[in-house]
Amino acid sequence: MIQFEQLTKRFKRHTVLDNIDLNIGVGDRVALIGSNGAGKTTLIRCLLGEYTFDGSVTVGGISPRDARREVLKHIGFVPQLPPPLRMPVGQLINFAASLCDSDPAQMEGVIERMGLDPARIRKQPFVKLSGGQKQKLLIGIALGRESDILIMDEPAANLDPEARHVFFSLLAEKQEHSAMIISSHRLDEVAALVNRVIEMDQGKVVLDDHVADDVDIDSNLHCRIELKRPEPAFNKAVGDWGFSSASDGTVWQGIVAGPDRLRFIGFISRYTALLKSISMDEESR
Amino acid sequence: MKHLLLTAYTDILESLRARWFLIYSAIFGGIVVLLFLFGLTESRIMGFTGITRLMITYIQLSMAILPIFILITTVRSVAGDREAGVFEYLLSLPITLGSWFWGKMVGRFVVVFLPVFLALVGAIIWGMVNGADVPWKIFLYYSGLLFSLSWCFLGIGMLISTMARSADVAQGAAFIVWLALILFLDLILLGVMIRESISPDAVVAIALANPLQVFRTAAMLLFDAQLVLLGPSAYLILDNFGETGYLIWSLLYPVGIGTLSGWIGYRLFLRSDLP
Repeated sequence: MIQFEQLTKRFKRHTVLDNIDLNIGVGDRVALIGSNGAGKTTLIRCLLGEYTFDGSVTVGGISPRDARREVLKHIGFVPQLPPPLRMPVGQLINFAASLCDSDPAQMEGVIERMGLDPARIRKQPFVKLSGGQKQKLLIGIALGRESDILIMDEPAANLDPEARHVFFSLLAEKQEHSAMIISSHRLDEVAALVNRVIEMDQGKVVLDDHVADDVDIDSNLHCRIELKRPEPAFNKAVGDWGFSSASDGTVWQGIVAGPDRLRFIGFISRYTALLKSISMDEESR
Repeated sequence: MKHLLLTAYTDILESLRARWFLIYSAIFGGIVVLLFLFGLTESRIMGFTGITRLMITYIQLSMAILPIFILITTVRSVAGDREAGVFEYLLSLPITLGSWFWGKMVGRFVVVFLPVFLALVGAIIWGMVNGADVPWKIFLYYSGLLFSLSWCFLGIGMLISTMARSADVAQGAAFIVWLALILFLDLILLGVMIRESISPDAVVAIALANPLQVFRTAAMLLFDAQLVLLGPSAYLILDNFGETGYLIWSLLYPVGIGTLSGWIGYRLFLRSDLP
């Protein structure tokens, strides 16, 4: 579906992508990882037809640089940094829907599922929204249209747990018939979402591996945590995960999205000394 | 075409929300208001009075302000948008680069030309309400000149925006272009060049190639048919073009420069990294 052949990109004398050969097919959910300057964003921009390069990049046999409209109407893109657009949210949705020959109501439906009320923010300038709201809106625009390739740069970084959960469910709905590229600095952020890991370093692919695909993206984990004693710092942190305590702050219960399990365990590990017991039971939805 | 118009419409709305547009509109509207307030329509210099006098002054002021304003605002917003990541996102949507580039140029043209034109229309309406004679021929011609000058510098601005990789570089380049055009507008410099034995034909050719000079000469030509104000180069202009010929040239030539600059900018845009 997506083919990179001997892709090389240079900025003046600096080689940012060095002879990349990759093939990404339908059903591939790729974690594109690497440190800053590894070449992830440049690779994505080449795929979006935004950069000139040596070698070739094709989507379904077509070059995104030569046939932009034909290729880009299949691609939903969520950038890492939201653009500072002054246009109101409603105008942005209509603009994107019109270019993509999509129904704005469909995009608004996804935005609503992400926890934003499109009617309420319709007249607000995009640039005035909070980081999380911008991210939800861009996800809504990318997923609320007929796209079979999703390219997302740190898509869940600014999302609250509830929105992350909805986001994972939306990805689960698309996973069978689309290809996904999720770029991140850290594998643990996206590990449970993907079935393939591509690591880049200094413009080269240093790891390309298929990984166990046992986590159901759409699953939930019912969690119960018991502490030895109440701890205010823990209360605040676990509250951010949407947990609640019916007792004196020693017993907490909540739901963690399946793909977030690694992040959650990472969070819990900081409070190991406080833990009396913990249980996580998966329940497929 | 649908996407070109959509891009133009979006760019117009973005510009209307921008601070630079408010300042820009206030300046040109303010000029007309000030010219009325200072009683320029009542003054009589070189035999011109009323709306004609006001329009002549307005057109001279526009020539001084309009090019640099268009250049700076265009390069700052276009190159600034690219720097800020606006291009990265919006150009990931399925739109052709032609629709994007020309749509942006058309939208930008509407917002730079309309305030200047509407200020002129406002002056005419005010004059009519107060019973002044409206010089329709001059009004139409000056409107055409403003159209032509706006398109010319917008095209140059789009070319600079495409070539420069940052807003600061683009702004510096725009300023240098404007300064160069102003420099070759200066009759003193042209006089020095003639004194230094550079062929007068070459000097006049430089002046004629300068869109600012073309604009300035054409603005004069309507009220000074012999171009007495211009000195000896008037002979060359009138001999080679004639009055009507020069008036047509002064409308078409800047439009040609703007279109050519825009087209070169577009070709470079097609071949360059977009964000």
